[in-house]
Amino acid sequence: MVIEKDRRVIRIDLQLIADMVVPGSRVLDVGCGDGSLLDYLLHEKNVDGRGIELSMDGVNACVSQGLSVIQGDADKDLFNYPNSAFDYVILSQTLQATMAPREVLENLMRIGKRAIVSFPNFGYWRVRASLALRGCMPRTKTLPHEWYDTPNIHFCTIQDFVRLCNNLEINIEKSLAMNSRRLVSAIGSRPFAANLMGEQALFLLKRNSD
Amino acid sequence: MENDPEAHANVFLGGQRPLRLECGVELKNFPVGYQTYGKLNTEKSNAILVCHALSGDQYIANTHPLTGKLGWWELAVGPGKLLDTDKYFIICSNILGGCMGTAGPREINPDTGKCWGLDFPVITIRDMVHAQAMLLDHLQIETLFCAIGGSMGGMQVLEWAATYPERLCTAVPIASASHHSAQNIAFDEVGRQAIMADPDWRGGNYQEEGTMPYRGLAIARMIAHITYLSEPSLQRKFGRRLQDRPAVTFGFDADFQVESYLRHQGSTFVDRFDANSYLYITRAMDYFDLEERYNGVLGDAFRNTKTRFCVISFSSDWLYPTVESRRIVHALNSVAANVSFAEIESDNGHDAFLLEEPEFWRVLSGFMDGAAEHFGLPNYTLSKTD
Repeated sequence: MVIEKDRRVIRIDLQLIADMVVPGSRVLDVGCGDGSLLDYLLHEKNVDGRGIELSMDGVNACVSQGLSVIQGDADKDLFNYPNSAFDYVILSQTLQATMAPREVLENLMRIGKRAIVSFPNFGYWRVRASLALRGCMPRTKTLPHEWYDTPNIHFCTIQDFVRLCNNLEINIEKSLAMNSRRLVSAIGSRPFAANLMGEQALFLLKRNSD
Repeated sequence: MENDPEAHANVFLGGQRPLRLECGVELKNFPVGYQTYGKLNTEKSNAILVCHALSGDQYIANTHPLTGKLGWWELAVGPGKLLDTDKYFIICSNILGGCMGTAGPREINPDTGKCWGLDFPVITIRDMVHAQAMLLDHLQIETLFCAIGGSMGGMQVLEWAATYPERLCTAVPIASASHHSAQNIAFDEVGRQAIMADPDWRGGNYQEEGTMPYRGLAIARMIAHITYLSEPSLQRKFGRRLQDRPAVTFGFDADFQVESYLRHQGSTFVDRFDANSYLYITRAMDYFDLEERYNGVLGDAFRNTKTRFCVISFSSDWLYPTVESRRIVHALNSVAANVSFAEIESDNGHDAFLLEEPEFWRVLSGFMDGAAEHFGLPNYTLSKTD
């Protein structure tokens, strides 16, 4: 059997992000990992893409594939970029691991005309159940770490994140929640349900001032 | 142009329009020694300029005419290698102030018919780059696919990116810095003092007086060589092992292997290098400060650049440590330039860029391939006329 080789298949949550990006735009992927999203955007959406990645292994893997990626970290290395340098700044599953999520979010909105942010929702019912019923720090498929060795230090719920966006006067252009069966729904009309059923959340943000 | 895959030549440049140096002196009709490898394609889009370091020269991938040894980047340059001579046309010229065929203190001053010696004007990294640009004009190459170099070669690459951004598709400064630190200047000064303290230096006039400051130059090389290696690599190579003797001799002979190694490095260096050149080139490095030229804002050196950068440092390099590369990266970020940056884990110190470092090569070849695709290098087809 001949299997058609297609290296442009990416994880569903990354695909959702990619779908929000307009072709030909300038993109910065903060915490770009092995570069699979950047590689996809470069080849399928013809973007001018850059990445920042904390792990040297990730950086080297990215640069070896021809991606423009630097070793750096969301807390320290966003300050150098000029205002509105990118059309989109992407922060995928990283916000909860930053030291100062509010500052990071402000920087994303400063250097990008839009930001795309995804994070694990701490309001997800299994997380709530773990604390309420078992009395234990939650461990789920998206949050597999023990409390003592987790890189995730600033969890939030969908509701928390929306409130922060409101405080920072950030426009939410699009918001999606994904449940454990990878089913995606819009948060907008049913925020309470999304905050309960959504395992992951994804936001497309825009500065209010623009 | 030369069809010889390992073409070498000396040309005289600045016959029509002299090279105006930063110090104000004009160089007319001055020689430049260079080597080329591979073939220039018909579009002239596959040229790579390799910028050599302090003690390097243009013999990157062929036998050195003085030492008979392999070229200093033989590992990286050649058919099928990292800088593939089947794909790229590779140029390396001896830097201004050097001693392998390009104008420098050892060459003849056309005005006097004698060696320049210390009458040679003090040159800068920028002057070296201007001379390289004149060589490219001579070779009728408008745009470089890449300027690449380690150490002082990296400084030239940064200077290229700042001075001739429109002539440069990609820039690869390796194990380098945008300025010399106090520590860098300090080590250079010790080297220069060693040369000048040698009675055979004769106030720089040794060629006319028929002497050579061998000892001074050898000591300068020994000091510098220590800075090229890391503590762990010295320990691994030599430890406290003794040189061909069962016990220490209670004297000042080279008892330890590391002493013997450094003496060897010093004594072989003087066979191929000129002491005054060493003074001039280290001075050029000390004067290098790209940030200062742009009023303390390094990013302004690269404003609106279209060049793609790949900055590489080595974890154990303490001569041009990673923090220096990161400074360059931050400056490039500040103007939203296209930059990749990797710190390669290695205990080979500064010299790692000359050695077999698989991770370094993987990163660099990925960058080069990506850039070749981006800039539409015609799938490495060679000129039919060759």
